[in-house]
Amino acid sequence: MFDKVILATMTVLLTLSLAGAGSARAAETPDVQTIVEKANFVAYYQGDDGRSTVRMVITNKQGQTRERLFNIVRKDVQDGGDQNYFVYFQRPADVRRMSYMVRKHVGGKDDDRWLYMPSLDLVKRIAAGDKRTSFVGSDFLYEDVSGRGLDEDIHELVETTDALYVVKNTPKKPETVEFSYYNVSIDRKNFVPMKMEFYDKTGALYRTIESKKVEEIQGFPTVTVSVVQDLKSGSKTEMTFSDVKYNIGVGDIFEERYLRRPPQEVTR
Amino acid sequence: MTTGNRRRNEERPTWIRRHLRWHRIRQPGTLSPDPWHFALFASGMDMAEPTVERRVSASRTALSAVSQRTKQRPITGPAPFIMLLAQSGKCQGFGDRVPKILRTNQNENESRRLSFRMGLAAVLLAAVFAWTANARQEPNEPQEKRNVVREFFEKNDIEYHGFYEARVGTRLLDDPHQSKDLSIGEARYQFDLFSARDWGDIKVKGDAYGDFVEEQAVFDLREANVFLRPTDSVDLKLGRQVLTWGTGDLIFINDVFPKDWVSFFIGRDTEYLKAPSDAVKVSWFSDAANLDVVYTPEFDSDRYITGDRLSYYNPILGRRAGEDDELMISRRREFFEEDETAIRLYRNVRSYELALYGYWGYWKSPAGFNETLTRATFPELYVYGASVRGTLGKGIANAEIGYYDSIDDRSGDDPLVNNSQMRYLVGYTQEIARDFTAGVQYYVEQMLDYDDYENSLFPGSPTQDEFRHVTTLRLTKLLMNQNLMLSLFTYYSPSDEDVYMRPMANYKASDQLMYEVGANVFFGDERHTFFNQFHDNTNVYAAVRYSF
Repeated sequence: MFDKVILATMTVLLTLSLAGAGSARAAETPDVQTIVEKANFVAYYQGDDGRSTVRMVITNKQGQTRERLFNIVRKDVQDGGDQNYFVYFQRPADVRRMSYMVRKHVGGKDDDRWLYMPSLDLVKRIAAGDKRTSFVGSDFLYEDVSGRGLDEDIHELVETTDALYVVKNTPKKPETVEFSYYNVSIDRKNFVPMKMEFYDKTGALYRTIESKKVEEIQGFPTVTVSVVQDLKSGSKTEMTFSDVKYNIGVGDIFEERYLRRPPQEVTR
Repeated sequence: MTTGNRRRNEERPTWIRRHLRWHRIRQPGTLSPDPWHFALFASGMDMAEPTVERRVSASRTALSAVSQRTKQRPITGPAPFIMLLAQSGKCQGFGDRVPKILRTNQNENESRRLSFRMGLAAVLLAAVFAWTANARQEPNEPQEKRNVVREFFEKNDIEYHGFYEARVGTRLLDDPHQSKDLSIGEARYQFDLFSARDWGDIKVKGDAYGDFVEEQAVFDLREANVFLRPTDSVDLKLGRQVLTWGTGDLIFINDVFPKDWVSFFIGRDTEYLKAPSDAVKVSWFSDAANLDVVYTPEFDSDRYITGDRLSYYNPILGRRAGEDDELMISRRREFFEEDETAIRLYRNVRSYELALYGYWGYWKSPAGFNETLTRATFPELYVYGASVRGTLGKGIANAEIGYYDSIDDRSGDDPLVNNSQMRYLVGYTQEIARDFTAGVQYYVEQMLDYDDYENSLFPGSPTQDEFRHVTTLRLTKLLMNQNLMLSLFTYYSPSDEDVYMRPMANYKASDQLMYEVGANVFFGDERHTFFNQFHDNTNVYAAVRYSF
């Protein structure tokens, strides 16, 4: 517990000092590796753990909407490394009370995933899938939610504006993904990724993810509204985070026991 | 206790009998999940002059379909047994809890017209559901809709959900042993109440449906339980609950909890394959390993095939049999005496899940006969097994093994009771393209004491193989933003040379509305094999469901 307090304090101090550095505008531009590492940290690793209620609204070209509502709990095994995720679905009705557990591994090893279906009392092991697959039928991909390995792309700093660093990311294995490259615009002050633009194999922009709202929660800059647009299909998904909390002291809940009956920090 | 048991016990000294009785009380319950094995139990039972019966039944098959359709059953088999079977009345394929209205002797045409009308009614009902649901699903309309019932429950901190569903299906083949073409026709309402309290959770889930095939209204209480977490290392679940463990995909070795094979074969949602148990589940957790113990004070059998709704091969009759030849069952309903205990000891080693299993109870589907051959029985069964599951390459591999110890026929020479078995399973699942998953399994069932089995067979009986091999293939493809799922599950037995296919398409038109079409297709070479005995039950179905 004491460690966590220290770590949290340090993280806050770090965030503050980064913000200070940003406002001073004096510091020289960090190298691109530092930028992407910080951005990755801000997007996926803030605090030791965290929880949030996530609402997704998927709107297709015809304007019809579908909704996903779930709670997500994350715990880092290692900062910038392996993580555990627990997802508890509330809506729609056909997936209600299902729980989904991921042990995310970095460095090439496939994630371990489990799904619990309460109507059958069935714990199902899910085969590691293509990470460029839609997450719960939304326009977000599995990889958008769990993070893409930094070592999978070559990063170049292509532009620095007053507010943003623009980093171009080119996949090392282009045959495994549907894009040829993507640009990420990163806030210079707090390293929050503000916009991602994906270009297809012909070089045309076809997909964007934007951070529409960023809030400071427990000292952590946190994206609370994010929108992905599929320019080809005309579909978009808005993801809203509420009840965001960091460093709640998530216990060892990434086990079959809690998959079958999630603890209250997950269900509430 | 079965007659067989009683007979054996009487031959033993009193102190042994007492011991056995004590033993039975202490280590109750066994089960085995076999829809499959229904046919097996009777395979030794073709008593006197089987060849004559065959001839009789064969010549009947040659008669015109019209005469077969009449309610006069062909008279085959040794007369006394057939008479008893014929008098067996209505066995309840749905377990003991479902009230059943006996059908009157309608003439067949009437019955067919009625089922047609019922089917039509169900279709209309489905259309109404679809229409109302569509009307509600205005674009961009807020998802929250006023629901008075839900508001009432929510005031009391109870979550209220459920669905309405209409499901209709028809037989694709002429089944001379069934009077109705309608294979499924039902309008269903499911409610699901859940409340998380400080001290624990309460869950009650039930289905009320009008069944147009059975012509009755049914209430099926699927769950009614309390979940408690009394200490950091103990979980408790008491009451009616659905239970599952093991690694197989629609193949069960150590999962000896009740299955509903009727629902499975007629095209109900997969949810209904699992029948509930009235049980207590206690789980202990520790760093070394975790232990689950499930105690069921009164034996919960499968909801097995009786002939009432699905035809099957009856070896006594030497032919397929249906609603006129329903199985008569000797039930086990001695509370705390005819009980079941199942345990699982498990832990994870890195990403591998290891488990050991034990079960003390009874065969879950009929697996024996009493001595007069008048009733099918649930002989005693113990099961011991193990499983492992984990990542292998890009996919998930699993292996499972089980020893089925048929206590009432340990030597294998009792033609009235299933022999002991070994069951083996290996499986592998992998995503082979985006949103396209394939799973394969290989399953082997080995009859133990095979020589004794062969020697104990009545002359002329069809002989079961020592090894039954089954392969399965599951293909699942998601399309249209994962709103359309196409899936095909196929069982193929190279030893029996028969196939059971379950194609299905499921479309989620909205978050509330789901459409589904599917089929259950059975075919093979011989009339009596495991899947092909259900050949005449081949059916297609369609469903619409509105969830709330």
